[in-house]
Amino acid sequence: MSGDELSFLITCPEADQMKDPYQVIHDVTYRLLTKAATVLPEDIEKALRAAHDRETNESAKTQLAAILTNIGIARNGIPMCQDTGIIIFYVKVGEKFPFIGEVKKALTAATKKATVDIPLRPNAVNPIVGGNSGDNTGVKIPWINWDIVEGDSLEIIAFPKGGGSENVCIVGMLKPGVGLTGVKKLVVDNAMSYMGAACAPNIIGVGIGGGADIAIKIAKQQLLRPLDDKHPEPEVAKIEEEIMDAINTTGIGPMGLGGDTTVLGVKVDYAMRHPASLPVGVAVQCWAARHSTAIISKDLEVKYITHPLEEN
Amino acid sequence: MAEYHLTTPISEEDARKLKVGDIVYVTGKHVYTARDEAHHRALEMFTKGEKPPVDFEGSVIYHVGPVAWQKNGKWVIVSAGPTTSGRMELFEDEFLRNYRARIIVGKGGMGQKTLGALKEVGAVYCSYTGGCGALAAKGLKEVTAYEWQDLGMPEALWVITAEEFGPLLVTMDSHGNSMHDDMNKTVAARKAEVYSKIGVKV
Repeated sequence: MSGDELSFLITCPEADQMKDPYQVIHDVTYRLLTKAATVLPEDIEKALRAAHDRETNESAKTQLAAILTNIGIARNGIPMCQDTGIIIFYVKVGEKFPFIGEVKKALTAATKKATVDIPLRPNAVNPIVGGNSGDNTGVKIPWINWDIVEGDSLEIIAFPKGGGSENVCIVGMLKPGVGLTGVKKLVVDNAMSYMGAACAPNIIGVGIGGGADIAIKIAKQQLLRPLDDKHPEPEVAKIEEEIMDAINTTGIGPMGLGGDTTVLGVKVDYAMRHPASLPVGVAVQCWAARHSTAIISKDLEVKYITHPLEEN
Repeated sequence: MAEYHLTTPISEEDARKLKVGDIVYVTGKHVYTARDEAHHRALEMFTKGEKPPVDFEGSVIYHVGPVAWQKNGKWVIVSAGPTTSGRMELFEDEFLRNYRARIIVGKGGMGQKTLGALKEVGAVYCSYTGGCGALAAKGLKEVTAYEWQDLGMPEALWVITAEEFGPLLVTMDSHGNSMHDDMNKTVAARKAEVYSKIGVKV
């Protein structure tokens, strides 16, 4: 280091805080993946606890008790479920955020590091030639859902989702004539066909309209809404309530072994549809509804939303 | 409903004692993980007259793809909750007839082919709470071998020594009973009431 550089470091009070944008995005993502795998967002745990207290069915109580014990053990840094999912991110990047070019490589590198350190189960398999990449990355994975928004900050949501619940997600291309009753029936029939296979109690996201891809995309995004969130439009909020009530009447219960708690929440949203189409996406989430969110400002200040830093 | 603490290898007689609703805890060296690929390979070897690296008779077959890591050169199970057993319905009956495992552990239950084989062979299917990987790992004390590594971590055959691994809930027994079938009937009986909540006429 030259004498000039040294004197700059000594005289500039912020020199030791100069941050590398790539490193900040990488480190934040690494923490998001760690927290997502090991600590459930507070609202989900609260809902599971309430369900345990409310259930009168013996089998349901036993299953929920095991889930709560498991959550307690995982909190010490152990992945709560061995299926740590395929790695998906939702990224909202402000139009004026200055480090867009760093995001993809930082997310990918953080995924590799988290796979070794937490550890995460290597879940990226090549569907054509076979073989597991071993580090949770590969062709198009981690998958990043990009959204460009107003502002100058970057929001990252890590959303690792297990295979069991993913396997029962569906898209129905309904005839418009079946109406909203047909939409509700599709969601309820799906729940009665997979029973407990998706590790109930579940959260269900429903996307209506758009096209096949849009419907399932909207459906999956609903899984990230807070559990107590109702759709702002009363007509949609009513659909959410009706489907939830219907599925909890089935008696499927936690793990499909009986009980009153089959779903913790049903979240619905929509897009305009083509006159000839009524696409419905149904996304199913297991009880281990793992996700973690942070916002990075243009000055690289970090705010953790779902899993705040302990000192905050 | 009774509680049993069994040590592997488990005899046919002990397996036949178990009934739907019973709780089982397993201790012993014969707990093996097997998912789609391991079942497939084991059956292929049987057809070819080859011997798998472990003796499956009297064992516990756990449908799981664990997360594991190496600590001081030794593999340790970190998180290991059950996977969906329905996928193994393709081969479980043949696997049971060929290899005579006594307890299958998984989640979500299995179908009529497996139920028939459980009866024929004298074995049970137990459900373990899905997603409870951290809790399950507590009972999976030691990895004694990591076979078929070419299948990848989730699909490989892990050889595990268990200590009071459970509670495992017997949901399919060797007497033709299945809690999963009962649940299907319960839900079917409620269908009209369920549909009435969303305005669907039956």
